[in-house]
Amino acid sequence: MSKKMHIKLNVNGKDEEFLAEPRELLIYTLRERLNITGPHIGCETSHCGACTVTINGKSVKSCTMFVAQADGAEVTTIEGIGGPDNLHPLQEAFKEHHGLQCGYCTPGMITRATKLLEENPNPTEEDIRFGMAGNICRCTGYQNIVKSIQAAATEMNAAKEAAE
Amino acid sequence: MKDEVTREERVENLKGMGCSRKRVEDARFTQGKGNYVDDIKLDGMLFGDFVRSPYAHARIKSIDTTAALDVPGVLAVLTAADLEPLGLHWMPTLAGDKQMVLADGKVLFQGQEVAFVVAEDRYAAADGIELVEVDYEELPVIVDPFEALQSDVVLREDLDPKAPGAHGPRKHHNHIFTWEAGDKEPTQEVIDNAEVVAEESMYYHRTHPCPLETCGCVASMDKVNGKLTLWGTFQAPHAIRTVVSLISGIEEHNIRVISPDIGGGFGNKVGAYPGYVCSVVASIVTGKPVKWIEDRMDNLMTTAFARDYHMTGKISATKDGKITGLQCHVTADHGGFDACADPTKFPAGFMNICTGSYDIPTAYLEVDGVYTNKAPGGVSYRCSFRVTEAVYFIERMIEVLAIKLDMDAAELRRINFIKKEQFPYTAALGWEYDSGDYHTAWDKALKTVDYDGLRAEQSQRVEDFKAGRTRKLMGIGLSFFTEIVGAGPVKNCDILGLGMFDSCEIRIHPTGSAIARLGTISQGQGHATTFAQILASEIGLPADSITIEEGDTDTAPYGLGTYGSRSTPVAGAATAMAGRKIRAKAQMIAAYLLEVHDNDVEFDVDRFVVKGAPEKFKTMKEIAFAAYNQAIPGIEPGLEAVSYYDPPNMTYPFGAYVCVMDIDVDTGVPEIRRFYALDDCGTRINPMIIEGQVHGGLTEALAVALGQEIAYDDMGNCKTGTLMDFFLPTAWEVPNYETDYTVTPSPHHPIGAKGVGESPHVGGVPCFSNAVQDAFRAFGNTHTNMPHDHWRIWKTANDLGLHG
Amino acid sequence: MIPAAFEYYRPKDMASVLAILEEHGDDARVMAGGHSLIPMMKLRMADVPHLIDLQDIGGMSDIVIDADGIRIGALVTQADIIDDAKLTAAAPILREAALQIADPQVRYMGTVGGNVANGDPGNDMPGLMQCLDAVFTVVGPDGEREIPAREFYEAAYMTAREDDEVLTSVSIPPPTGGYAYEKQKRKIGDYATAAAAVQIVKGGGSCVSASIAMTNLSDTPVYSQAASDALVGTAVDDAALDAAVAAMLADIDPSEDNRGPIAFKKHVAGVILRRAIVRAWSRA
Repeated sequence: MSKKMHIKLNVNGKDEEFLAEPRELLIYTLRERLNITGPHIGCETSHCGACTVTINGKSVKSCTMFVAQADGAEVTTIEGIGGPDNLHPLQEAFKEHHGLQCGYCTPGMITRATKLLEENPNPTEEDIRFGMAGNICRCTGYQNIVKSIQAAATEMNAAKEAAE
Repeated sequence: MKDEVTREERVENLKGMGCSRKRVEDARFTQGKGNYVDDIKLDGMLFGDFVRSPYAHARIKSIDTTAALDVPGVLAVLTAADLEPLGLHWMPTLAGDKQMVLADGKVLFQGQEVAFVVAEDRYAAADGIELVEVDYEELPVIVDPFEALQSDVVLREDLDPKAPGAHGPRKHHNHIFTWEAGDKEPTQEVIDNAEVVAEESMYYHRTHPCPLETCGCVASMDKVNGKLTLWGTFQAPHAIRTVVSLISGIEEHNIRVISPDIGGGFGNKVGAYPGYVCSVVASIVTGKPVKWIEDRMDNLMTTAFARDYHMTGKISATKDGKITGLQCHVTADHGGFDACADPTKFPAGFMNICTGSYDIPTAYLEVDGVYTNKAPGGVSYRCSFRVTEAVYFIERMIEVLAIKLDMDAAELRRINFIKKEQFPYTAALGWEYDSGDYHTAWDKALKTVDYDGLRAEQSQRVEDFKAGRTRKLMGIGLSFFTEIVGAGPVKNCDILGLGMFDSCEIRIHPTGSAIARLGTISQGQGHATTFAQILASEIGLPADSITIEEGDTDTAPYGLGTYGSRSTPVAGAATAMAGRKIRAKAQMIAAYLLEVHDNDVEFDVDRFVVKGAPEKFKTMKEIAFAAYNQAIPGIEPGLEAVSYYDPPNMTYPFGAYVCVMDIDVDTGVPEIRRFYALDDCGTRINPMIIEGQVHGGLTEALAVALGQEIAYDDMGNCKTGTLMDFFLPTAWEVPNYETDYTVTPSPHHPIGAKGVGESPHVGGVPCFSNAVQDAFRAFGNTHTNMPHDHWRIWKTANDLGLHG
Repeated sequence: MIPAAFEYYRPKDMASVLAILEEHGDDARVMAGGHSLIPMMKLRMADVPHLIDLQDIGGMSDIVIDADGIRIGALVTQADIIDDAKLTAAAPILREAALQIADPQVRYMGTVGGNVANGDPGNDMPGLMQCLDAVFTVVGPDGEREIPAREFYEAAYMTAREDDEVLTSVSIPPPTGGYAYEKQKRKIGDYATAAAAVQIVKGGGSCVSASIAMTNLSDTPVYSQAASDALVGTAVDDAALDAAVAAMLADIDPSEDNRGPIAFKKHVAGVILRRAIVRAWSRA
């Protein structure tokens, strides 16, 4: 065991401070220390994306980041994207278009998709497939995930236009 | 008010069978509020993890746990010696064999569980594992089943080589069983005297279901009350409870098994693993809850694999293409222990469905199971028991025969399909197919894809290739499959002696809503959505007013779980039957309330109406209230029902698939241009979910056919232990699929449904494979083995001299 | 998968980094995005008692483009490269290659410095940098020195960088002509079965200069002077392509792995190289 570090994080808008071994992986910090269990563990070698969160504006696989590296960072997980009273259009769209089955990849998938639509608000199907290629789903075959993201993009663009 | 609602609207309001009801599960999953095993956190919970063997075959000379026990936070290190006094160092497998829980003197595969380190957190457990010192003496490794049957090396020293195994006599110390179906001599005679015989050997490689969530559990022994609670990724929670009781001696009523949300199963989570046993023991020893969660390498290297069938076949026919006989021999590599998850009487699963969709008068199948130094398993990865192997075999044999006959493979299938009027059809290997209309499905598929046009395009492509105008070949993959799902009739299907019925228990609440509990467990199939739809149609209460609950053995009725596409065929039937019991009682209540004879009311969508007087009715909601709140002579209060359904037969979903593929001859890279899938799963409960299941099953089929493999080197080292090497396709590698359907209801199922989750995988694998092989047919290819990854496709081209 | 414990450092300046490296020698390693190192630590295949996180070191995340060339800080990520329009205008092959590395999340974390310094034969940037004739700047106890990319790689995970040195930036002379980065892989997230980086300058219908390197076909990236020379002075016709491929095949030394046996890799190397040259030529 190495000496513990004082870590500060802002997770989903809430400041968190605690002592942790530097080797603690961020995914465990979130899941076990902070009880934020939306992000999941799938492959542990940064291939599957089930653990995807947003850190300082970037999509990151939190199984491949030590909590020490994240010290001082802003972290957004699926729990910070939308809840019962303020569902994100992507959450709505995944439900509407059957973009999930077992649900295990879904938090990482939606979290990544929020960032994808920020990067590219009008993605083609190819853009979506390429931009979501860091997230593996074993159930859906992706077709309805693509459809869900397209639908959310349309919805979000319409809302933005209406607001302008 | 009520009169203003039309009958159509009343049907619609129910969200019953046939509508694409949105899934009720999705609210929690999309908000990160699923509850998977690894999300469970209990006070004082400890973590257990394994020391695993780096060798595929070795004797264990000693295990020294001293240094590990010195790691702060490490509480215990269990070895076989600790489990032996409890009789728990070995456990029974689902296949009638036994398996070491912790290495008892030797290891038989790389990654085998050697010791279980229990610690206060994951970190201490991992540090402890590093410090357990195991002295191994390496033994000769056998990874090839044919070599195993010749070798003097005895893998299973615990077994008496002369004594019969669970499935009869053993021919050799590394042999597990021989299983036969059909008529040996008559088949040989047909083949010997046939006008045309095609012969092929094929290897269906070892792969793995690899659900995104690995296997795991949390065991919590409450020593005060003597109650054990076991949460786990179990596809069969009730069977797990019985197994735990049988091996631990804890009475079944003191064990509560809970399968919470499961992150995909695909067959990987059917069996019992050493991690479950060790967690339970560790919890009993420490008096604290113990969590064990596999990492991905553990999952790929040690928990149940799939396939690994070496198949040799002969198919005979007349010169004009009428098939006369089929012979199949399988050498099945089961690894170090026989841990297949098949019904007891079927050690090779339903491999004897290998006559496929064809009217083949004579057939014979023989399967030899063999031990090797590989991980145990042999589960049905997104298919009914060994059906993927069977369908792959026959769909390849058909193609090989078509080549031999110089005939179009679509036409050869058409000539030999079982005809609609032949159902129920008894196949040469014994199964009675319930219903089918193969010709209609096939014609629809071929017409939709413009099959003749595709063949013309392919011919042109071959010309262009030969003339040097292109380096890409075009393959047209065909497959027509018949699944056999819904195991199964208790008369011939059991697992560990547990009959494979399933169950549903319904409780209607006074205000007209309900809860139904089933013996199955969803792993993404959407049971909470679809079973409520079945009930809505059966009992006339809206699906949105019905909660479906599964997976808690303290509350749900006993059932055998979810695998082999059995949920809809068996538990779905139980649901309908329980609903009908509710309806029968509701009918008596309605008649009483309407002051007519029972036989004078009839069910209509959501109510009972007086025959001939539709304005006189009682809604199911009203009936529910009366059931609890009105004294009705001769009828007990309440409205509940339970059904244990023992299916009279399996169901036989079928489908017709076509894949169009372009292949870069120089790099071996395949590109899927089009994939058309027509599925007939009988009555369709929720088209949206069916389509989703088809997309998913096809994608897993694509993976298996084009690269997904568990591979070993000669030393028994697993070469594919991470997702770098074990192929799970991303969105980038997967095409869009066109889905289609016909509807041929099952005649024996209460609602005519047949099950669909696994069909696309079963039909998809041969379709993708046939596309690759078909691309090279014009150049003399008859068969090459999967997985068709880049280098193997390249090798096919190279062997055919296509690289100049 | 839990790594062994380690001491973690996040210094603010390079002097502190060098001091820690000096103190702990082999037991210390620097890390940028960590997407190569962390999985190895989790699998306990890399033991790093002292881990130095470079993320707070200033001045290592810049992309500077001027007349002398392009200077890319070691902490610039693959995503930064993809998003930098000026860089893409100046050296489009960088973006084309970066898009073929790993997946979006990994590209957000994976850095140019990590990719070139690690010495992993599977990484794409080393071959690319050899093609571009880049120079790596490393800093150590004796100050800065520059090492040409073509002289940097000695064997798998063995480079000309000393253990007490840190790679700080990559300098690239302004590339001219046509370019292509062609990669065959099994799936997103995989290393190359074969990958080729090609820059070609065309003048008067013939090839004036060419630079060619390949990835994951030896224990180091393979820059082939002979393959480049085979194109110069030709119209990049079939004969020239054959000669370039033959020259490259003489320089690579692939080994068998799950992607396939040696014969396959050699064949695919030739095919991929040919395609890269043809594409680069079409853009020249």
